[in-house]
Formats: sequence, structure tokens, C-alpha cells
Amino acid sequence: MGKILQLREAIREGMVEEMRRDERVFLMGEEVGQYNGAYKVSKGMLDEFGPKRVIDTPISELGFAGIGVGAAMNGLRPIVEFMTWNFAVLAFDQVVNNAAKTLNMSSGEFTCPIVFRGPTGSAGQLAQQHSQTFESWLGNAPGLKVISCVDPADAKGLIKSAIRDDDPVCMMESELMYGYKGEVPEGEYLVPIGVAAVRRTGSDVTIVSFNKMMIQALKAAEELAKESISAEVIDLRTIRPVDYHTIIESVKKTNRLVVVDESWPLFGVSAEIAYEVQKFAFDYLDAPVIRVNAADTPLPYAPTLVEAWLPNPEKVIRAVKQVMYVPAN
Amino acid sequence: MATTARKSSKSKKEQPKYSKEQYLSWYELMLRIRRFEEAALLAYSQQKIRGFLHVYIGEEAVAAGIESAIRREDAVITAYRQHGTAIGRGVSTRAAMAELFGKKTGINKGKGGSMHFFSAKHRYFGGNGIVGAQIPVGTGIAFAEKYKGTDNICVTMFGDGAARQGALHESFNMAMTWQLPVLYICENNHYAMGTSVARTSNVHEIYKIGCAYEMPSEPVDGMNPESVHEAVSRAAEHVRSGKGPYFLEINTYRYKGHSVSDPAKYRTKEELMQYRAKDPIKTIEARILDFGLASAEELKDIKQRIEAEIQDAVRFAEESPYPDPEELYEDVYVQPDYPFMKD
Ligand SMILES: Cc1ncc(C[n+]2csc(CCOP(=O)(O)OP(=O)(O)O)c2C)c(N)n1
Ligand SMILES: [Mg+2]
Repeated sequence: MGKILQLREAIREGMVEEMRRDERVFLMGEEVGQYNGAYKVSKGMLDEFGPKRVIDTPISELGFAGIGVGAAMNGLRPIVEFMTWNFAVLAFDQVVNNAAKTLNMSSGEFTCPIVFRGPTGSAGQLAQQHSQTFESWLGNAPGLKVISCVDPADAKGLIKSAIRDDDPVCMMESELMYGYKGEVPEGEYLVPIGVAAVRRTGSDVTIVSFNKMMIQALKAAEELAKESISAEVIDLRTIRPVDYHTIIESVKKTNRLVVVDESWPLFGVSAEIAYEVQKFAFDYLDAPVIRVNAADTPLPYAPTLVEAWLPNPEKVIRAVKQVMYVPAN
Repeated sequence: MATTARKSSKSKKEQPKYSKEQYLSWYELMLRIRRFEEAALLAYSQQKIRGFLHVYIGEEAVAAGIESAIRREDAVITAYRQHGTAIGRGVSTRAAMAELFGKKTGINKGKGGSMHFFSAKHRYFGGNGIVGAQIPVGTGIAFAEKYKGTDNICVTMFGDGAARQGALHESFNMAMTWQLPVLYICENNHYAMGTSVARTSNVHEIYKIGCAYEMPSEPVDGMNPESVHEAVSRAAEHVRSGKGPYFLEINTYRYKGHSVSDPAKYRTKEELMQYRAKDPIKTIEARILDFGLASAEELKDIKQRIEAEIQDAVRFAEESPYPDPEELYEDVYVQPDYPFMKD
């Protein structure tokens, strides 16, 4: 038996436990301390750990991400919060050029055990600059590990693994899902990085997804069940390294695959999975792999355009019927 | 235009420094912005406006004093707290309100929303949602004016929070080195979300940052369009004459929270009341009456006209259609037949 926590509480619990356990861990970012976090993820942490370990920064993403990297190279284990990953673009130099490459450039002389975390993806009508997913940008860079999940238990177990990991880890959360509730096991709970979860077993089609698109995938699977279509739903949870094994095994069973991913379609997570599946499960496929992505455009503000842009259960159902050669009604 | 300032003394009654038209136009613009923002807040509470909404209430004198001091051909760029600046530039309240409602008739067809108004006709280079990102962009707009040999300037505005971004320092340095016609304006409303200026640096007087680059820099009272107008006129003249950048830190206050979702618990009621006591609209109203530039009746007429204008803007926004879903693929590339990835 566990307890019911919101996503934000689960992430907080993971950070708090690790900070109690290890003096070297600290949290740094905009509004994380006195304001208790822009999305209240770090609520109460300043009270418990004090300003030495819960540090409010100026709006200086490039600077404080780099300070995190330096601290990590010199024996600490920073958690750097970006208010959203959209703003982390300013800090990508430090994430990609330094954190991801320190170990290799230094031939193992230095490690960079740091966690960069914050919400990714669209969150309603926030328009172009505030509505981007970055899993495929970060997943593209060797040296980084990338987590993207919204299930509270996973988030707690994965943030703890990330903090303990000796490599740099990017944790992608979700603004819209911070209030999403789920059961979290009591006591010490770790989820290994790089392992997907089968959320629903099925035999007709595999739907792979992650982060808040999981909810859309599960809704679609429920609807499909009413039409006697049995969908297996896989939550990637980690984007790098991808758990290909779980996907391939599922496709061998269902022979059909739909990938639901909020990223833009080109050169994204969905493209990568489709490649791997055609390579390792080619003979098992009964239909081409289909992906359901955000539209290949920036996200504008108007509600009609947000609706048209995002993946939703109808689009997933349409894709599933396409791979099953069932006429859409 | 400015006439010579007369020292006010107790014996002698203070004389207006500017024309009646000037005072009335400040009054009208500030009132238009305030009523617009109030209407936007109401529409937000009715869920007709969604997403982030950052209002300008309390800061109206900054937009008013800048606009009266620069030319229409000058460029302006700012951050996401931008409705007032855009309206000051001449963007109609109808087009602005329809944009907030996400309607096709909005200034950017409902694509930008509250944070992103752009209008080439008004030489308004937009509201930027990434804190500090507009600082180098404004510097580049000024670069182009110099390159083209015009005498236009670019007013580049940003918040106190944005002053802590590295991009500011890189921009200040290049703008000074290359003597670009850029007027930097920090709208210091004392908070970046919940963080006070004092908590983000040892440099609390933001104008002093410019001094490190040998940029002429000074603080300005931003609760009165007269002081803003005076400082911006002087600074704009300097920039326009080819002497390079200028930096003004205009001190102001936002009466509301950072955005609609911010309860603003990080500041005291007393502090808010202190600024409300210096309300720019009330100040100018009192001065107009004191100077005898207009009667209370005339001011009432202006108020009624503005209120009717804002009501009309809301009605217009409400009655306008949303953009069609196909609009998604418009304005992404200039190339008309760009091959989008559609499945
Ligand atoms: C690069 C970046 N980091 C963080 C944010 C989130 N954010 C939006 S507004 C804001 C505060 C900015 O304060 P300030 O510059 O003083 O402008 P004000 O809101 O007071 O007008 C923050 C942190 C952002 N939009 N962009
Ligand atoms: Mg501010």
C-alpha cells in the first residue's frame, strides 16, 4: 500500500529524501526558495534546508546552470530547476557543451553528477515561446540521460535515481500535470533510469508514449477497448537510454505500433523508435509504424489552433485504426 | 513641446510645463491602458482570455511618457508585459482585445495572445516571452537603423528581472562599442515575479550597470509621465544625434501580481499603498485641474469616451471568430508552398 501524491509532491518527496540522505545535494533555481517554486514543487524546502541548500537565483539561466556544472565537477550534486525547459534554451551551452561532455573531454578525470529539471511541453494557451518539448533535443546529445514522466511514483523513484546517478540527468516534468495524483509506495522507492513501464497490456496494437501524452494514449486505449481493440500501452519514462527491449517485445506480440509524442514530428523520439522497430522487428510488423505528434508548426495562442495542434485521443484512435486496417468511423 | 521649466515656489503658483493637449493626451492614454487592463482581467476571470496575462496597471506613465518623447518612426521593443506599450504605439484597443481573446481579428490573428503583439505599421517589434531576449534584438534593430543611415532610434525595454541576464551585458558592450542608436529602458517595478531587486544582485540601482560600459545612465521617476517624458526626450536626443546608447532606469510599480495566478504575498500592503498614493492617472488628473487646463466636466467626458471605447473593444473581441484550424500552417515560413510534415 502506498499513499496518494500529486506529481509535484512526489518530485518534492524524492528531492527532500535525497537531500536528507546526502549533504552534497542542493537545489538551485528561480523562485525555488522564498516563493516555494513557481509551480510549488519545492514548497517548504527552504524551511527545512535553509538558504545554503535551497537557493533562489536571479533570472540568469546560463549563469546558474554553469555554476551547477562547476559545483558538480567539484564534488557537489546539484539539482538545477528551470522554471520551464523553454527558458533552459539559454542554458543549453552549459547542458550540452559542458555537462554532457565533461567526462569525455577530461578522459574520466571529472564527472558531472547534476540534475537539470523542470516542466516541458505545452500547457494550454501559452503560445509559441512557452510551448515546446525538448526530449529529442536533449536525447540527441551523448553524455546526457533524459527522463520524461508524469506518474507520481515514477517521478519520485526516477528523481531519486537521477540525483544518485554519477552522470548528468535531465528530468522533464509537466506544468499541466503537477496536480496529477497517483499512488506512491511508502518508504525508500527507486525506479531505475532506462526502463519503460507497460501501463496496460494488450494484444492488437502497441501504443508507445511518455509524459502527459500518456494520458491521451490511455484514454484512447480505453475507447478502443469498447470497440474490442486491445491496445498495449507503454510508458517510456526514460528517453535516453530508451528501453528498446520492452518496445520490441511488445511489437513482436501485437505486430503493430503507434507512437504518441508531443514533440514536433521531424527528427524526434517517435522517428527514433520507428527506426529501431523496423530494424529489430521488421518481420513482425503487419503495418507501417504511425506516429501522432504535435503539428509541424510553432504553437499559436488561439484555442482552435491549440486544439488542432495537439495529439488527442481521437487522433490516436484514428492512427490505431489505420495500422489495424480498420475503417475509421 | 517643452517650454522652459519654472521653479515652483510656495508664493508663486506652479505653471504647466507642457501644453494642454499634451496633458490631456497623457491622461487619455493612461486611462485607456488602465481601463483596457481592467477589462482584460475581468474577461480572464470569465475564462474568455486564457494562458498568461500580465497587466500594466500602475505602470501607465512609463508608456505615456516614452511615446510623447519619441517619434512614430522610432522602433520600440519590449517584454510580455506589453499591452500598454503596444497601445501607446497606436495599436487599437479592438485589435489588442481581440488578440487577448485569441480571435482572428486580433493584432496578430489570435496567434500571439497577451505576450506577443507585433505591428510593423506601428514600428512595434513585439512582446517577447523569454526574459531578456529582446535586449539584443532591440540592439540589432538599432544596428539596422544606423546601417541604413536613418536617424531613428530603437527604444529597448525590459524589466528589473531581465537586467540580470547575461544578454544585457553583451548587448550593452556591443552597443557602446559600435555606438548604436539604442535607448535602453529598464522598467523597474521592483519585482521579478516574487523576487525583489535587492535579492538578485548587490547592484540595487539598476541604472549603474550602464556606467560599467561608460553608457550615460540615470534613474527616473516613473509614476508621472512628465518626468518620464523629460528624461526620455533628453536621452532620445542624445541617441538620435549619433552619440550612442543611453540607459534609463524608470522606477515604477505594478499594482497587481506578476500574472493573474500570482497572489503577490511577497510584498506588503503598505508598499502597494505608497505607490497607489502616487498613482500616475490621479496625479495627472489633479495637475490638469490645478493648472486649469480642463474642467472636471471635460475630464468626465474623456472618461466616458474611453469607457465606451473599451466596452466596444470587448464586444468586438467577443463577436469576432476564432482562427480556422488551417491557420496553423500559415505564417510559419515565408515560402508559400513549404512542405510541412503532416503525417
Ligand atoms: C529566460 C526566462 N526565464 C524565466 C522566465 C519566467 N519568467 C517570466 S516573467 C519573469 C519575471 C521577470 O521580471 P521582470 O523582468 O522584472 O519583468 P516584470 O514581470 O516585472 O515586468 C520570469 C522569471 C522567462 N519567461 N524567461
Ligand atoms: Mg519587474
